[in-house]
Amino acid sequence: MSNIIAQTQSPSPSPSPSPSPSQRLDQGPMIKLRDVSKWYGHFQVLHDVSLDVRKGERVVICGPSGSGKSTLIRCINRLEEHQKGEIIVNGIEMTDNVKNIEKIRRNIGMVFQSFNLFPHLNVLDNLTIGPMLVRHMKKKDAEELAMQFLEKVRIPEQAQKYPLQLSGGQQQRVAIARSLCMQPEIMLFDEPTSALDPEMIKEVLDTMIELADSGMTMICVTHEMGFARTVADNVILMADGKTVESGTPEEFFGNPKNPRTRLFLEQILKH
Amino acid sequence: MTHIDGSDQRGAKPRQTLSTLLYSKSFRTAVTQVVMAAVVIFIGLFLYQNVVENLRAQNIATGFGFLEQTSQFDIGEKMITYSARDSYGRAFVVGLLNTLSVSAAGIFLATLIGFTVGISRISSNWLLSKVATGYVEIVRNIPVILQVIFWSVLLRNLPNARNAVEVYGVGFLTNRGLTFAVPATHPIHSTMGIALVAGIVLAILGSIWARRHRESTGTYVNMLWPSIGLVIGLPVLAWLFGGAPTAISYPVQKGFNFQGGVTISPEFTALLIGIALYASGFIAEIVRAGLQATPKGQIEAARSMGFRPWFVTRYVVLPQALRVIVPPLTSQYVSLIKNSSIAVVVGYPDLVNIGNTVMNQTGQAVEAIAVMMLVYLTISLITSTFMNFYNRLVAIKER
Amino acid sequence: MTTQSQHAPKMATPLEPVMQFDPNAKVPFAKWVQKHLFTSLWQSLMTLVVAALLLRFAWFVLKWGVIDAVFYTPDPDVCRAAAGACWAVIVEKHRPMLFGLYPYDEHWRLVIMMVVYLSTIVASLMPKLWNFKILIPLWILSVTSIGILMFGGVLGLVYVPTSEWGGLPLTMILFSGTVLIGMPVAVVLALGRRSPMPVARGVSVVFIEALRGVPLITILFVAVNVFPLFLPAGVEVNKLLRITVGIAIFFACYQAEVIRGGLQAIPTGQYEAAASLNMSYWQTTRKIILPQALRISLPAITNHIIAAMKNTSFVIIIGLFDILTATTAVMQDPLWRRYYIEAYLFVAAVYLFFGYALSLYARQVEKWINSGRI
Repeated sequence: MSNIIAQTQSPSPSPSPSPSPSQRLDQGPMIKLRDVSKWYGHFQVLHDVSLDVRKGERVVICGPSGSGKSTLIRCINRLEEHQKGEIIVNGIEMTDNVKNIEKIRRNIGMVFQSFNLFPHLNVLDNLTIGPMLVRHMKKKDAEELAMQFLEKVRIPEQAQKYPLQLSGGQQQRVAIARSLCMQPEIMLFDEPTSALDPEMIKEVLDTMIELADSGMTMICVTHEMGFARTVADNVILMADGKTVESGTPEEFFGNPKNPRTRLFLEQILKH
Repeated sequence: MTHIDGSDQRGAKPRQTLSTLLYSKSFRTAVTQVVMAAVVIFIGLFLYQNVVENLRAQNIATGFGFLEQTSQFDIGEKMITYSARDSYGRAFVVGLLNTLSVSAAGIFLATLIGFTVGISRISSNWLLSKVATGYVEIVRNIPVILQVIFWSVLLRNLPNARNAVEVYGVGFLTNRGLTFAVPATHPIHSTMGIALVAGIVLAILGSIWARRHRESTGTYVNMLWPSIGLVIGLPVLAWLFGGAPTAISYPVQKGFNFQGGVTISPEFTALLIGIALYASGFIAEIVRAGLQATPKGQIEAARSMGFRPWFVTRYVVLPQALRVIVPPLTSQYVSLIKNSSIAVVVGYPDLVNIGNTVMNQTGQAVEAIAVMMLVYLTISLITSTFMNFYNRLVAIKER
Repeated sequence: MTTQSQHAPKMATPLEPVMQFDPNAKVPFAKWVQKHLFTSLWQSLMTLVVAALLLRFAWFVLKWGVIDAVFYTPDPDVCRAAAGACWAVIVEKHRPMLFGLYPYDEHWRLVIMMVVYLSTIVASLMPKLWNFKILIPLWILSVTSIGILMFGGVLGLVYVPTSEWGGLPLTMILFSGTVLIGMPVAVVLALGRRSPMPVARGVSVVFIEALRGVPLITILFVAVNVFPLFLPAGVEVNKLLRITVGIAIFFACYQAEVIRGGLQAIPTGQYEAAASLNMSYWQTTRKIILPQALRISLPAITNHIIAAMKNTSFVIIIGLFDILTATTAVMQDPLWRRYYIEAYLFVAAVYLFFGYALSLYARQVEKWINSGRI
């Protein structure tokens, strides 16, 4: 594993490849969630969820479907609006203030379950459209940047193809590269491997592991427990809109406190 | 978006400064909408004021009082009594009835041709389907107004009554229209009409009974022939009771005209043929799409279960086809009604033609056009209400 | 997900039952005929009846339209003597039919105008030239030159007011005006109807539904008779322009519904992906949503564009001299009026030709979209 991604995407001196968690995570929280609640009509999806994520920390959120885990990370870049509590990213509070939303989103990249690539644009245009429109980069510079990231995700040869001509795994790697082109400090992953055929999951997870090794702050909603075990600093189980369990992989998998965690792990590890 | 608890939570914040307000998304949305509404209202007021001033300057009356005034023009074709001494309002009613009658005839004709051609389009007979395709491409792609004018000129160039073209001994084609023989009026005709309605009602009740009977006992009763028998048989029975009058009023040539029989004016005919043929092309395409909506596999499955062909058509193909056909068919009917408004090019006195005359006579363009628009809007609204109702009906059946 | 699947590589179709013979060999003609025309007694009968009617009709057309027809003569009496069609009427009257009231000596200007117009359109339809650096100067150049040719008044050309414009050039101007004005209005109305803002939505819905509920003629009446009343005293807008805008807005309301259908087909994931890249509403709409929505609704959009071309003929009611009005006026000539069928067939052929060309092009564009070329 290498830290190549960090060298191009992070303007600050990149952290050493694998420092100990205490070294990496000594700063204060980069993302701070306090008592976040959200309702769909009368149905409460999030119940007073609180969470701290420090710079460089990798958090894995898992839980049964409908537990609110996707909604939670979608609140962090306001694809969903929370109605109570506070979300603070890099010291900026997420309210309905457009300037704040812009500032926060600038630092956050997001990868979706269904990739959500733009089907009418080829791979290269998918990657350059953000930097050109939002960061006002020149076309040539944006393309150079895009090619760099395509190389990081190991598909530079597909640059001229259209998304639907690629396999699911390739599409998801393009989607990761597209987010990285915006040079975010935080990456959110919303079940990035759930829509993939089994043989493609590994190539996406490898890319994510490389990204983690480069020191990227990551929040991943995923059921890939192997990934959680090797990469995560903090594993969280959500159920019915609440955080049920939270701890290091050792605690989470080795000695879960909550019976629901045990049940969940049994179910998911049976396969 | 629901904002449960959200607003009071933000309201409690002491940092609610001007800049946070200016950048607030909900504030911006609200302001944008207020501005939009203001612009729309302002434009509306501006136009209204200009109209009022212009009308005053040109000494044109406003309001719908003119509808009560005497029209002073006669109308060639009318379904209710009307003369030049009647009011503008009544003239509009005459026009509306003419619009409705030519539209009703047009819908009937267009449906008949459209279904025939649409079914021919998917015929396994190569020649027939190609001919049908050619027909559809031609009638759909020539402007309806050109078609109407064409038929109108064609009819006007027919010979006069002295040299009338005789059509199989039942009617005559002349430049004054199509004249044909009809049964002489007889009191039993109204009874026959009632019998026809009764037959239709009984046929519907019969098929409802048949369905109930099938559902409760499992015995299938084919109501097709009994229904046809009721609808045709009852009027025939009534006719027999009335003494089976066979007198027929034949058109007889008298000078430049005919006496007896019934004459359809060339204006009506040209408009009818033009709008009906134009619509038939679109209807044919709708019917084709509808019939192709039932996958072949389903038909084969139903056949393999031993259903009779009629049963397959009635319970497998038709319900699915109708679901696809009815909504676009209805909007085709509406556009046929709207297309009938080109009557003015052939001189048929429909609503718009009469509205145009009224507008020119009174100068009250705004009101006259408003009447026309409102009538058509009402027709469209009624249709879309019907359609929503139908869609809901179909949707419930789906579950 | 309609667009997405359009880009997908073609799936191999499951093979037909194993063929015993070379699949490339042509089916024998006799077999084909048997299969498509004579499967049963009923089918055979139908084929024979249709064929007989068709042959009779074809023979009539051939005899009337070619064998007995008069193709060229300046003398209407020659036509009178002939049993067939008098195509000479088109040769003789083509100038007033094609150019309407436009001053006879200036017709050459209209010929150049049509050449400029058609070549600009053809050029704009070629994907190779889809580049604003080429198209914008091209359009500025051709619109200016068409304007100069039509109006005159400069470069020693006689001034011709719009009231004297007519014939096919007028039809072309009405048609392209309708599409050029109507499409942007349609997009705005469609976006308005899909807007999260109730006021924008309400205004769009009322506007679209009200105009779709009335016939085009009433809108033309408004453009001609009511619109001048809307303006403050002393301000006038050219009648041709008013009518073009009227037809354009009518067209836009139908097109808006089509585009709305395309907008509805776009998965929310596309909006979310754009939002996560921090793109603004207008950037998202312009670069992500509209391109996809327009591709999805292209077939329906073309249908309405072809309908717009046919709808230009409605101006006969309010007295503009488009090709149909001009032809109808020419057919008042007592010497030639008997040959109206030939004249109207010619006009119909013009509409059919342009309609067919448009739909062929649309089919080609669909192919390009499906192959990912545009």
